[in-house]
Amino acid sequence: MISSHLPILLVVVPLIAAPVMVILRSGAAAWVLAIAVSWAALAISGALFVQVAGGGHVSYFLGSWPAPWGIEYRVDVVNAYLALLVGVVAAVVSVYSPRSVLAEIEPGRRYLFYTMYALCLSGLLGIAVTGDAFNLFVFLEISSLSSYVLIALGRDRRALMAAYQYLILGTIGATFYVIGVGMLYLATGTLNLADMAARLAGVSEPRAVLAALAFITVGVSLKLALFPLHLWLPNAYAYAPSAVTAFLAATATKVSVYVLLRYYYSVFGGSTVFHALPMGEILLVFSLAAMFIASTIAIFQENVKRMFAYSSVAQIGYITLGVALASMTGLTAGLVHVFNHALTKGALFLLLGGIALRAGAMRFGSIGGIGRVMPLTCFGIVLGGLSLIGVPATVGFVSKWYLVQAALERGSPWIAFAVVASSLLALVYVWRFIEVAYFREPDARVSALREAPASMLVPAWALIAACIYFGIDTDLTLGGAAAAAWELIRGPQ
Amino acid sequence: MTFASHYGYWVTIFLAIAGLYIVVARGNLVKKLVGLSIFQTSVYLLYIAPGKLIGGTAPIVADGFQVYSNPLPHVLILTAIVVGIATLALGLALVVRIKEAYGSIEEDEILAAERGD
Amino acid sequence: MKDYLVLRVVAKILIAFMLLFALYVQFHGDFGPGGGFQAGVISAAAVIFYAIIYGLPAARAVVPDWLVETMLAAGVLLYALVGVAGILLGGNYLDYFVLGADPVAGQHRGIFWVELGVLITVAGVMLKIFYVFAGRGSEEEPPS
Repeated sequence: MISSHLPILLVVVPLIAAPVMVILRSGAAAWVLAIAVSWAALAISGALFVQVAGGGHVSYFLGSWPAPWGIEYRVDVVNAYLALLVGVVAAVVSVYSPRSVLAEIEPGRRYLFYTMYALCLSGLLGIAVTGDAFNLFVFLEISSLSSYVLIALGRDRRALMAAYQYLILGTIGATFYVIGVGMLYLATGTLNLADMAARLAGVSEPRAVLAALAFITVGVSLKLALFPLHLWLPNAYAYAPSAVTAFLAATATKVSVYVLLRYYYSVFGGSTVFHALPMGEILLVFSLAAMFIASTIAIFQENVKRMFAYSSVAQIGYITLGVALASMTGLTAGLVHVFNHALTKGALFLLLGGIALRAGAMRFGSIGGIGRVMPLTCFGIVLGGLSLIGVPATVGFVSKWYLVQAALERGSPWIAFAVVASSLLALVYVWRFIEVAYFREPDARVSALREAPASMLVPAWALIAACIYFGIDTDLTLGGAAAAAWELIRGPQ
Repeated sequence: MTFASHYGYWVTIFLAIAGLYIVVARGNLVKKLVGLSIFQTSVYLLYIAPGKLIGGTAPIVADGFQVYSNPLPHVLILTAIVVGIATLALGLALVVRIKEAYGSIEEDEILAAERGD
Repeated sequence: MKDYLVLRVVAKILIAFMLLFALYVQFHGDFGPGGGFQAGVISAAAVIFYAIIYGLPAARAVVPDWLVETMLAAGVLLYALVGVAGILLGGNYLDYFVLGADPVAGQHRGIFWVELGVLITVAGVMLKIFYVFAGRGSEEEPPS
């Protein structure tokens, strides 16, 4: 009986946990609930993925109102792939978080941290499974508002300004999305995504539809930090608590990529998006700009977390490059990089959290020689950095290989050259970390540091091990991405 | 299709542009939030104005009426208003904390205080 | 402000009517403008009115902080549990059709409980926002 309610349970279990945490008002009870809820989310999303992996979809009607009148949760392999990603990241981060929360959040606020975490998880999973346009907006705002709060809980006072900036830009993005949905509703008369796709074919005035496409693109691009709409991301990731940075870096932008793909392929259809509007060319320009400019800015950062945050902007450029190439291979490359980058950046920020816990500072000047006192942490960061560069036997290589293939298929070898060139830029900023961590003499303060605690190292290294494992055995990630890309390109059924 | 018959959309556009301009052009953090609220209000108008059908009555089933105004936009906008209120409350709470941390709510003064990183 | 007799007397009369009006708006949401959110704001406004006239500590004695936070969470929990009740009674999540003897009665019952949940949460949220904002900074009253 439970198996038929899986789509809604995915969202409701964290959503019920949040007010329970507020009522219990205990930090210890809250983190036990958070871990339980995250692992439950992983289990449910895994079960859903198994249900739809062979094709087809699972439909769930809220309130037993049939579509298109009611809100329908429609899970096919694309949604299940994203939900599985969010579940994996949540499970790992929830095990990691108690130790870092103890260090970074004051005692009276810890249960509120976990409440916001549960709400954010519920919102992200809701975006992944819903099939209704306005329901998507509601979950988008649930996850965004809780992430603003999570970021503002950082120790540094700059976290407040970072959260405020993210609030302004994120709300503008969500409002643009609502304007786009409003125009689609005016044109088609329905909010159900599948029904909208069917009705869009008969719309007599295409200009409104194209305007809606533009509004939704801009709104979602603000959420996924596509260059030049990325201005909120570096500060938000740099000054948030460590667990929050890892969680958001691995999930929030990836789910926004899913929203974009869902609208492009399942609602508007590839031909409208890429031929009626030059969306492919526009995304191509911005992706290349992100890859080069963000990587270059990353090289000159003083704050380690900020450097890796700019690296995130560049890696998002790779994902949107895959989307811009608009072929089966390109879309597969983009989707597999969604998963791979989530694993890599999640692992990196978890390990950096270990450094933040022990060293207290995240500036390059203060952590010289830290590779000798925290060997496991720094070696993990080096491996993650290799994945960012795209060294063979890491997940980063798999994504870049497919990106290069897609570029060559399109007959644009210069794009393939750009992918390789920007990877060299990644090499520069990863080398910066290696040089500071291993080739400088540790001062007295650094020499007194110990390795990060096991409860933080184990989850982080689990993700690093996954980076290496899925770089060698790509069946799950690449198979899932290919199935998702095929489901998307097939178009609305 | 005269200007007068579409004035609802013109008002929407004006409010949207005004709100976005305030967010971009004003450095005071509270004023930015005000601009954001104005921008969100324009979206409410975009949804509700087309919901009223000419000759439509309130959406409650009654004898003798065939044309009803669309109730769905109202429901959507109630949700959007609540989201807007939550965003505004959160933004203002952040502004209060920023004022306590920096002593000012002018964006240029705050950025000057943080120059160096 | 509690030193001004006129304000005090009028406030005492008005607050009762405001709470009553909030209940009216709550239950007439089915038939006219109203419902949980509006009623929650009006009832919170009544308590805030009390706080403005008699001072924040007096309001905190009537509606303490722990009650406000519990109201916040309890309303959301009530709404979510009504949905789960729909699942347990054989339908989908938030299925009101199965909650009563016939579908229409079930819809009435479902809407009633979820609107109650919304009322409790919104009143709690508005009060919490007021307490948090008004409680910061100095709040001594000027000597009369």
